[in-house]
Amino acid sequence: MIGTAVRVLQQLRHDPRTLAMIMVVPCVLLTLLWWVYEGGAVFQQVGAALLGVFPVVVMFLITSVATLRERSSGTLERLLTMPISKPGIIGGYALAFGFMAVLQAVVAALVVVGPLGLETAAPWGYLVVVAVASALLGMAFGLFVSAFARTEFQAVQFMPAVVLPQFLLCGLLVPRDQMPRVLELVSDVLPLSYAVDAMREVTTDAAPGIGGELLVLAGFVVGLLLLGAATLRRRTD
Amino acid sequence: MGVAAVEVAELRVARGGRVVLDGLDLTVRRGAVTGLLGPSGSGKTTLMRAILGVQVVASGRVTVLGEAAGSPSLRSRVAYVTQAPSVYDDLTVEENLRYFARVLGLRGSKRTEAVDAAVERVELGDERGRLARNLSGGERSRVSLATALLGDPELLVLDEPTVGLDPVLRASLWTLFGALAADGVTLLVSSHVMDEAERCDRLVLMRDGQILADDRLPDLLARTGTSSAEHAFLSLVGGAEGGAEGGAR
Repeated sequence: MIGTAVRVLQQLRHDPRTLAMIMVVPCVLLTLLWWVYEGGAVFQQVGAALLGVFPVVVMFLITSVATLRERSSGTLERLLTMPISKPGIIGGYALAFGFMAVLQAVVAALVVVGPLGLETAAPWGYLVVVAVASALLGMAFGLFVSAFARTEFQAVQFMPAVVLPQFLLCGLLVPRDQMPRVLELVSDVLPLSYAVDAMREVTTDAAPGIGGELLVLAGFVVGLLLLGAATLRRRTD
Repeated sequence: MGVAAVEVAELRVARGGRVVLDGLDLTVRRGAVTGLLGPSGSGKTTLMRAILGVQVVASGRVTVLGEAAGSPSLRSRVAYVTQAPSVYDDLTVEENLRYFARVLGLRGSKRTEAVDAAVERVELGDERGRLARNLSGGERSRVSLATALLGDPELLVLDEPTVGLDPVLRASLWTLFGALAADGVTLLVSSHVMDEAERCDRLVLMRDGQILADDRLPDLLARTGTSSAEHAFLSLVGGAEGGAEGGAR
């Protein structure tokens, strides 16, 4: 598992442009958001929530395309003829991209509370924790859906199909309890809602009780990774 | 432990609604180079995949080194090189090999030695630091081959390993295959180039999912009264079709 993680990170090291995108894109988007609202009240309201949303999108795209490349290059088939377990392969990817997710979340959170001056009721460390959890969520979704994509075109289109509905229903546009009942129920089973809920608590509550939300997010991450491992087949047609 | 490295009995494989292999029987001897020759589409790759245990089969039995094909314990004893080189384009030659060596459970100095030996054997010593994506097609397929040599496998299954290589390199790879066989490694090598037949200890000629012949080259030539594998193949195909027509009448 560690060997696979090291290998995935080595691959990223030879691709500095992707590395830069992982680190820079969320920061640029959050800065743009700050500028749109000129750092005012609305930014203070939604800044934290979007800090939980952007990493999901970026990590989703990067992991889904990276794992799809492993499938289409024949290296996955080769690995599956070798003495390595399926959870070992998925776990290696999760470790490597999880590491990138942590770096990304820390950098983005520092930008938000530093230069952009987002004020949170709770210590800003909580922001980092929730941002890491949502980046891991994006990573796990990306690993999972790559099993259902045959081409990189398809993988990229899973992003609007899987992430955007969660974005619409996560409570950022309309608070979840004011949505039509059906949509509220749907949003209850979508993980991004919990990331946004947690971010809201961090902004408004000096001692936020976000254990439940984090537990739900962790459950989704582990569940999606296990499903991802289950989709690997040693024997194919 | 018998002389057979691979035993295939009544193997039937259907892909996409089409029967690719229909009741195929084959025995591959230990410590020899067996050439699997036939045109593209004759079922060579499907047969190799079945031997590796990565092909869904309809029926039949495939035994490899005394165990059912695809058994977990075979994963470090059998190595497979696919037709398209399967290496990481965004890693260097050395990083590729070090990763696969680690997957095979090689650690520390053993891993370094295995990587050094594999690189030397495919004559890529000067390219170890280059990214795979910057290599030529022939170089990439040699990296893929080097990967398969890492764990000293007992059975090497190579799907068209010499495609696109210059004649000098092709000759040196066939010398390498011979040397491996002399060390006791079993090799099953597919090719659609009939003139590679003379480098094999034993030939299996395939067409349309059937085995036309399974013989030593001299015996095959004597039996068909021809002077090359190519002509022997044509003679056997002609014989098979003549026979079918005869049966219909």
